Amino acid sequence: MEGTTKNSNFKTEEYQINMGPQHPATHGVLRLLLTIDGEIIKKVEPDLGYIHRSIEKMCERDSYQQIVHLTDRMDYLSSNINNEAVCLAVENALELEIPDRVKVIRTIIGELTRISSHCLWWGVMGMDVGALSTFFYGFRDREMINDIFEETCGARLTMNYNVPGGLMLDLHPNFVKRVKKFVTHFKTKIPEYDRLLTGNVIFQKRTKGVGILTKEDAISFGASGPVARASGYSCDVRKHHPYSALDKVTFNEALLTEGDTFARYQVRIQELWESLSIIEQLIDNIPEGEHRVKTNAVIKLPKGEFYQKVETARGELGVYIISKGTKNPYRLKFRSPGFSNLSLLNHIAVGGKIGDLVAIMATIDLVIPDIDR
Amino acid sequence: MTISIIKNSHFWFFSSAAQGTMSILEMVLIALVYLGVFSVAGLFLVLLERRIAAWFQLRVGPNRVGFQGLLQTMADALKLVSKELTGTVKADMFLYNLAPYFVIVSSLMALSVLPFTKELQAFDINIGIFFLIAISSIGVIGILLGGWSSNNKFALIGAMRSGVQTISYELSVGLSLLTMILLTGTLQLSEIIEVQKEGWLIVQGHIPAIIAFMIFMISGTAETNRAPFDMVEAESELGAGFHTEYSGMKFAYFFLAEFINMFIIAAIAAIMFFGGWLSPFGITESIPWLGVFWFLGKTLVLVFLMMWFRWTFPRLRVDQLLTLEWKYLLPINLVNIVLMALMVWLNLIIKV
Repeated sequence: MEGTTKNSNFKTEEYQINMGPQHPATHGVLRLLLTIDGEIIKKVEPDLGYIHRSIEKMCERDSYQQIVHLTDRMDYLSSNINNEAVCLAVENALELEIPDRVKVIRTIIGELTRISSHCLWWGVMGMDVGALSTFFYGFRDREMINDIFEETCGARLTMNYNVPGGLMLDLHPNFVKRVKKFVTHFKTKIPEYDRLLTGNVIFQKRTKGVGILTKEDAISFGASGPVARASGYSCDVRKHHPYSALDKVTFNEALLTEGDTFARYQVRIQELWESLSIIEQLIDNIPEGEHRVKTNAVIKLPKGEFYQKVETARGELGVYIISKGTKNPYRLKFRSPGFSNLSLLNHIAVGGKIGDLVAIMATIDLVIPDIDR
Repeated sequence: MTISIIKNSHFWFFSSAAQGTMSILEMVLIALVYLGVFSVAGLFLVLLERRIAAWFQLRVGPNRVGFQGLLQTMADALKLVSKELTGTVKADMFLYNLAPYFVIVSSLMALSVLPFTKELQAFDINIGIFFLIAISSIGVIGILLGGWSSNNKFALIGAMRSGVQTISYELSVGLSLLTMILLTGTLQLSEIIEVQKEGWLIVQGHIPAIIAFMIFMISGTAETNRAPFDMVEAESELGAGFHTEYSGMKFAYFFLAEFINMFIIAAIAAIMFFGGWLSPFGITESIPWLGVFWFLGKTLVLVFLMMWFRWTFPRLRVDQLLTLEWKYLLPINLVNIVLMALMVWLNLIIKV
């Protein structure tokens, strides 16, 4: 008889939806092909390539000074740290002696960049879980940093302040004063962040126990940055392989073991405090001296392979240069943090709801141009 | 003053021609006045929301069109009216076009029973509060239809979420109001307010009434699909939810209905808990038309409360939403009704 079997009338079916490339939660042109059963996610397939600009290929064409400019366009939120990575790689290859002043300024600006990036992340994180007001609070504080950057080098986002051999310009006389003002301002604002979002019951319910990443998985997927540190994997490049002036400062590596979305959130909030403390330790004694050592107008790296890694706001950025002794690199490869962290998505989001996926994506802190270089 | 104008025109109406035609004409006129007033009031609420949001978010908000931006939403509405309607070809056109009217008509109909003063009430039926709940729950049909007929998966998920949410939270809205009806002993809105001359119901019913009020505000916010219960739209998850495929005036109907529904929920709370048009301690009892201001004042305070929710809280997840209703609000509500019944039976009510 037809229709008498119990389940034949109510057959459920998995269906697929496209999240992106134009979707508010993917923060750019990432396309996720979701396989969904009702509200439950069965499979997440990221589809990349919507903002691919062949940056690595372009690097093979350009001189080393020009490459620095391209790195701004990868992870635009930590543009200064990207610049620093290439400059450090080139300087190490040339075995240049960099003045202490340059090192300290690079570290301070790098930490300011990290704070600015985390401010934006915090605002967007709130927005992704539905608290729209956080966005404006995050941007208020980010704006102060951008103003400092604008005064220092003329640009607010894609800074290009570093050049192989040092800095493009010396510091603006107001720099120290304004950074100190920002530090005192921001110390009163992080508790405000906690009151608005961290302590909220709904927010904790949305994030605790969601998207759990174990330490083993974090290592095997190549995760880095706050994502890996929230799972208890100590991987801060600043701590393990200090560069610039980071060996002169003391700071704690934010490390949690829960590995869920809330832990990733807390790691970033802790990093805000740590970055502030690094800036405070350095800002009062910026050494005097040259802001740039002289290099040849055409930089030719010796033949060989060079690798430099730095800690951007999202994790470990590696620059791998193969040089044949000419003015261009033979091959240049970026190891971007976002790409490895994105690969986690299918692993930790499956089994959750659509809302969980959005929260997980927010704490992985994807910047799409960094993934799609 | 206002009341006497209305009364005089009413008598003038009936004296001028045959009663049958005139009563129909009068109904039509009142309906038109309500439509006009509440479309404008809805637009005003949109502006209020935008200004309040700006205030919460360190911004200024719209303040350029007209005095302090008063004409901003009018200009927006004009733009929406004059916009070309775009939609999908593959939509189920009949249902797709019908859906916005379900939503807007249900919310406008609910307005007809609201008492602004003792005299100023279009339609004082003896099942007033029941009518309000019944009519305002028709709106969900529009949302379901809109999401289903759009032929869009995001819209469909939004609509299904809306169905689940509204059906669940309607129980709490109904039960929390039922708790208060144990006190009043009547469903008629004018009589409910008369009872409160001996003290607002939230004072009369003290503990159970306060619990009922909190449950009503939570589930009322959920009923109107506003944050933190805006699962239906959830712009970071579903784009625009059920109205993804709507544009122009059809979208504006959904949008306006949300704000009018918010006003209705706040108005019900003002009537059931805070004495409707009654002034506090009867300070303006001698001037009855001031009731309009008391009623609107109380309602707007509650509307502000709902806007405050929206701009502060993150959004719940869909399963947490249902857990909240079925595991917490509903059991609390059932116990609360028994508590209220016991109080009424033992006469533990505070009367001023």
